Amino acid sequence: MTAVATPTVQAERSIWKTTAVFLSRWKAPIGYSVMALLSLLVFGFGPEPGQTTSFALSQASDAVQIPVFSLPSMLTAIVLSVIALGLAGYSTYATYAEKKVGVWLPIAFGLAFMGALLTWAGAGRDSTNVNITGMLVSGVFLAVPLVFGSLAGVVNERSGVVNIAIEGQLLAGAFLAVIVASVTSNAYLGLVAAPIAGALVGSLLALFAVKYWVDQIVVGVVLNVLVIGLTSFFFSTVLSDRPELNQAAAQMQADGGIVLQSLPIPLLADIPVLGPVLFDHNLLVYLMYAIVIALQIMLFKSRWGLRVRAVGEHPKAADTVGIKVNRTRVLSVLLGGAIAGLGGAFFTVANGLSFAKEMTAGKGFIALAAMILGRWNPTGALMAALLFGFADALRIQLGIIGSPIPSEWLAMLPYLATIFAVAGLVGKSRPPAAENIPYKK
Amino acid sequence: MSAESNKSAVEENPAQASASEDGGDRARGMLRAIAESNALVVFAAIVAALIVGSVLVIIANEDVIDAAGYFFSRPGDTFAAIGTAIVDAYGALFRGSIYNTNADTFVDGIKPLTGSLTLATPLILAGLGLGVGFRAGLFNIGAQGQVIIGATIAWVLGFHVGLPFGIHLAFALLGGLLGGAIWGFIPGVLKATSGANEVIVTIMLNYVALYLLSWLLTFDAFQIPGSDNPKSPNILDTAAWPKLLGDNYNLHWGFIFALVMAGVIWWLMERSTLGFRFRAVGANPHAAAKAGMNVKLTYILVMVVAGAMAGLAGANQILGTERSLTADIAGSIGFDAITVALLGRSRPFGIVGAGLLFGALSASGPTLQVQAGLPIDIVLVIQSVIVLFIAAPPLVRFLFRLPEPRIVKEVTA
Repeated sequence: MTAVATPTVQAERSIWKTTAVFLSRWKAPIGYSVMALLSLLVFGFGPEPGQTTSFALSQASDAVQIPVFSLPSMLTAIVLSVIALGLAGYSTYATYAEKKVGVWLPIAFGLAFMGALLTWAGAGRDSTNVNITGMLVSGVFLAVPLVFGSLAGVVNERSGVVNIAIEGQLLAGAFLAVIVASVTSNAYLGLVAAPIAGALVGSLLALFAVKYWVDQIVVGVVLNVLVIGLTSFFFSTVLSDRPELNQAAAQMQADGGIVLQSLPIPLLADIPVLGPVLFDHNLLVYLMYAIVIALQIMLFKSRWGLRVRAVGEHPKAADTVGIKVNRTRVLSVLLGGAIAGLGGAFFTVANGLSFAKEMTAGKGFIALAAMILGRWNPTGALMAALLFGFADALRIQLGIIGSPIPSEWLAMLPYLATIFAVAGLVGKSRPPAAENIPYKK
Repeated sequence: MSAESNKSAVEENPAQASASEDGGDRARGMLRAIAESNALVVFAAIVAALIVGSVLVIIANEDVIDAAGYFFSRPGDTFAAIGTAIVDAYGALFRGSIYNTNADTFVDGIKPLTGSLTLATPLILAGLGLGVGFRAGLFNIGAQGQVIIGATIAWVLGFHVGLPFGIHLAFALLGGLLGGAIWGFIPGVLKATSGANEVIVTIMLNYVALYLLSWLLTFDAFQIPGSDNPKSPNILDTAAWPKLLGDNYNLHWGFIFALVMAGVIWWLMERSTLGFRFRAVGANPHAAAKAGMNVKLTYILVMVVAGAMAGLAGANQILGTERSLTADIAGSIGFDAITVALLGRSRPFGIVGAGLLFGALSASGPTLQVQAGLPIDIVLVIQSVIVLFIAAPPLVRFLFRLPEPRIVKEVTA
């Protein structure tokens, strides 16, 4: 490559640059407009005039019952699409006027779009209701491992260590949780054991990445393979020879063991819609809320958090003022591992299932995506993980209603949404500066 | 990574050794050079992995557990059981991947070796592409999706198009290459235009590719006529790779093709301007930009090349090994290829070696299962331990008491 560029090459480059600058500036309005138009054309004009969509907000067990109500499908979907178009218009105006748009815009847009989609899918199906509350409840529940996984990523990466091993930590947590729960006949002890398994995987990450300066992404990828290999190996040998070590909740309950039960919070759980969605879950979900709040405060308001962030942004400066860089990193990696391990308990004891090979099925990678979408921030990670959880719940709901969209496309939805979000809506996200750089004195 | 540090240590040590007059010093210098070489670290890592594997074999073995129950009265039984279990396991590993000593004839006996080479083929091809990305500083986890799209397009061209033999094969291969390249282009262009993290986009595209393929397999054009299973008919013979050693063996010319492509990628990375640009951007994107290189365009090109190689791996599976399309066509090729590329330290010939090793390990899986009663997952453990240790030469030196290298140059690869 020569340093002196010919005029044609320069011209070519400037065109390239102009296009790239234009696209990166206008991608959000373009993305919103395309989706809003799609919503109007497909969902708005899709239903026949006169068809209705019925929505259910209450579940059979709720204290306060809201009756099922029907809305004219076409009108509702068109109104929602027009709202989406309006939001796209606002985004265009904001880009033009160089105003900053808050996080409310993508959320409001997403709600309008999803609403139009559900109205369209449920149009003219008199026998089935669109069960909104049920969908939201399962969305929160499905988001649990993603929240824990992305929080683990936040803690690790804020200290400058990339954690690709979230998948392995979830799997290890799921594995140890069910074994300890089965041996002791107490699922709550499984919840205690799960973080230990995650921290063990984290300790390997710390050993190789912090002590031996191995590329952090390499260690993470390989640790995933190692944990998949080990858990599958023991599943096929020791656990299949001794099924009493790997019991589902139903089996444990039949034998008189203690299993995780739903613990509705008095009063709060009786609020219509919001109650069952947020305040009627098992202990793991409440632990999740607590950890999100604690981390948000600790990371940004405490001395510990300042140190962790300093080590992740500028380790040399941190070292100069007396912070032990590598010790801080090792502790963060262990803490992150423990959080992810606890999330792993979701797959076995919190779901009432026994362990199965590779049962985390790529959730650790989705958690990684949620962490980046949430911009390395605990509440942001929570929001992004909930988005994935709701997308998954929507897919299941549409499967129940029986939608005209092929199920494969529905399954693709969260992944496509992530790509759009990463590329279009979120744009350039800035990871901690010292990420993936070992600190050598 | 410390790949460079080792290499530089090896390169500089012979000079030191020859500079000394004393014969004893020279011999020591040579020994030191060997001890510090990559090859020894690799060997030690493999030994360490086999030790870890042995521990698993012992834990899983019923005879050992039974004998351990009365360890203090007759400890010899436990050790005998351990010995038998380990010999059984590694014997099965050898018989399943290299040469079946139980076979009557050489023709049958050598079958496992040809099986290993067949399984190594896609790992080498996809690993080559991943290696290019790693050296340019892009972490592409999307080989799985790129393999799927490559295989899908190769199957469509191999089944739905009629062309004379040879041309048809080349056409289908080219289609697979383009399919993979497109699937690599998407994360590349998104990274260049909006800074979207390629790790995330490639992970997501893996899932998109998988569901796209399962969706396509619901159509009649992708199913065997009269059947409703998500499995396609075989490609036409005109598009198939000929067998390399006759119909007795599964090994096909695709293996030779993979070796040729290793040469091509070596030339691209080490001898061409484009490869220099890739390496420069990988070493330091800011310096490369200052030197007048278009870093964003380079990212796109790197992802296209990486995707193209993974696409070829998929096409090769369809045209050589599998011939029909199923949702499981990519198996775990895309993920195994990441470890292959890491083990091969992103260098083409290292990747060929690593691909052969991993091909052999996976080929031995069924034999391990049947003859030694060990789940195939033990192969994953051995693979990952090898890569972990190779990536951390100081740890291996510490464990095996190998001498420290004299010169450590800090170069990040």
